[in-house]
Amino acid sequence: MSETAEAEPGDLAIATTGLTKRFGQQIAVNGIDLAVPRGAVFGFLGPNGSGKTTTIRVLLGLAAATSGSARLLGHDVPTRLREALPRVGALIEGPAFYPFLSGADNLRRFDAADRHADPATRAERVARALERVGLTHAAKKKARAYSLGMKQRLGIAAALLEPRDLLVLDEPTNGLDPQGTREVRSLIRAVAAEGTTVFVSSHLLAEVEQICTHAAVMHVGSLVAQGSLDELRGTGSRVVRVITPDGDRCVSELAHLGLEVGPSDLAAHRAGDAEVVAPLPDDGPAAEDVVAALVRADVRVRGFDVERPSLEDRFVALTGEGFDVAR
Amino acid sequence: MRGERLLGSELRVLFRRWRTWAMLAALASIPILMAVVVRLSSDPPGPGEGPPFLDQVTNNGMFVAVTALVMTTPLFMPLTIAVVSGDTIAGEASLGTLRYLLVAPAGRVRLLVVKYLTTVVFAVVASGTVLLVGWAIGAALFGTGEATLLSGDTIGVGDAVLRSLLVGAHVTICMIGLAAIGQFISTLTDAGVGAMAAVAVLTIVAQVLGQLDQLAWLHPWLFTHHWLGFADLLRTPIVWTSFTENAALQGAYVAFFGALAYGRFTTKDVLS
Ligand SMILES: Nc1ncnc2c1ncn2[C@@H]1O[C@H](COP(=O)(O)OP(=O)(O)O)[C@@H](O)[C@H]1O
Ligand SMILES: [Mg+2]
Repeated sequence: MSETAEAEPGDLAIATTGLTKRFGQQIAVNGIDLAVPRGAVFGFLGPNGSGKTTTIRVLLGLAAATSGSARLLGHDVPTRLREALPRVGALIEGPAFYPFLSGADNLRRFDAADRHADPATRAERVARALERVGLTHAAKKKARAYSLGMKQRLGIAAALLEPRDLLVLDEPTNGLDPQGTREVRSLIRAVAAEGTTVFVSSHLLAEVEQICTHAAVMHVGSLVAQGSLDELRGTGSRVVRVITPDGDRCVSELAHLGLEVGPSDLAAHRAGDAEVVAPLPDDGPAAEDVVAALVRADVRVRGFDVERPSLEDRFVALTGEGFDVAR
Repeated sequence: MRGERLLGSELRVLFRRWRTWAMLAALASIPILMAVVVRLSSDPPGPGEGPPFLDQVTNNGMFVAVTALVMTTPLFMPLTIAVVSGDTIAGEASLGTLRYLLVAPAGRVRLLVVKYLTTVVFAVVASGTVLLVGWAIGAALFGTGEATLLSGDTIGVGDAVLRSLLVGAHVTICMIGLAAIGQFISTLTDAGVGAMAAVAVLTIVAQVLGQLDQLAWLHPWLFTHHWLGFADLLRTPIVWTSFTENAALQGAYVAFFGALAYGRFTTKDVLS
């Protein structure tokens, strides 16, 4: 966690200090310190209503922070946003379009709004963005006739009209079927491979876990964890799990190996079997040596396992609720 | 110029909407209906009957255009301005496209100015439509010879075109003032229809207040005060008082409501 928090400000695509947003009495975002390293695919996770969209609105200058400060691509928000925004593509709280315009005309319209976009290359860039999200065939169709999944992809195409340094995607897989979700994931991978920092919010951990290098977890407006995925999983928190009829002998043999078994970690498993769980430090013995030692000590091993707590476990612990609350 | 590209895009969006063409078609139908009804009736309208200048319609094609402007100015034309100006910001907000324009980044001031210019263009097109269609149907049904003015003087076709253009300009200036009020209201809400309705109601209320003699002190300040004050443009010599007073008043409205819209929109949280 410390690694990203201490990085030079110039290395951060997004940096906030004590960022707070109130709506009347309600605190939607409560003093968060975000640090999104450049080049990262950063998962911004949290249940519905935890303040993700509000944070994104403040970062992009749509809403004013109540207190705290933020920098986007090294530029102060909101005073220097004009310099940052042309380098940022965004999908915010779902896509939005002019229903009476075609998909391609919608993209042209948003491109014309960007005072830095070159009209001479507009047609070409619109065609390329549509192709990238697989909508070339629907370019001339009115946006009102698009399905939810097509709209989501058109929204991503709008964010990709220009080469970007930062792509902000708020719940990009909302409303997509599993196939569409996979497509969005591979699109994010491709964009990230070009060096673009991707900041992707989601209330569904499983949908972004595979593509993220970093993540942060929001819980009722507060940032409860942030860092690289390994940092978040908690390095050194691996555990060995042994299922054996020889519980006591197993515990003492593990103690020989330097693995402390807490009193609560020796539990009855099934008739006659005990389940022994012990933390396995990173500098501890290799898993295969533990099994060999147990067998030498005549501990009959019925089951053996080394596990890391899953991110899901971590997040349930952090937010006190599952990540699927919305479903 | 960069701003002009966004203006072009605004105009394309406006004129790609079926609604815009429906409003222009409705405006165009007024001079046509009026001219046809007058032409078909065996009993030509006498002086002082019906709307101002109606009795002049048979006398020259020009008066069809001018009378149609008189008939559309109190309600029909301002309704179309209410729709277009009320929709400027609130319409984008209710579609959700406002947030995407702003992060493009369009720039809040630039967006406000370009939206306003778009409404001004629409106001010109709206009055121009009534004028042109009025002239065309008037010329077809009643000819375009010499016309007799309210002062009794006779003018030729060239002068008649000029006079009706002046009337069109007067009405357009009135609508430009209304557009500024409409755009300010549009920055107050995320509901496009609500903003349109509010502008329409305001237009009617201002005209009702203009009828109450007890409020005579207020009348010179109402944005509707000079709306029908273009009779002086149809005399020889032309009396400019009403035209210039109106232009100054509408200019003040544009400055005042423009400043309010600026203050509101540049500090507003866009949460739609
Ligand atoms: N316009 C608003 N007015 C008042 N409260 C709001 C507004 N937008 C969001 N909130 C509140 O702020 C909190 C965070 O919302 P949001 O940022 O949309 O969460 P998320 O995107 O994580 O689902 C919620 O409790 C929500 O009710
Ligand atoms: Mg959200």
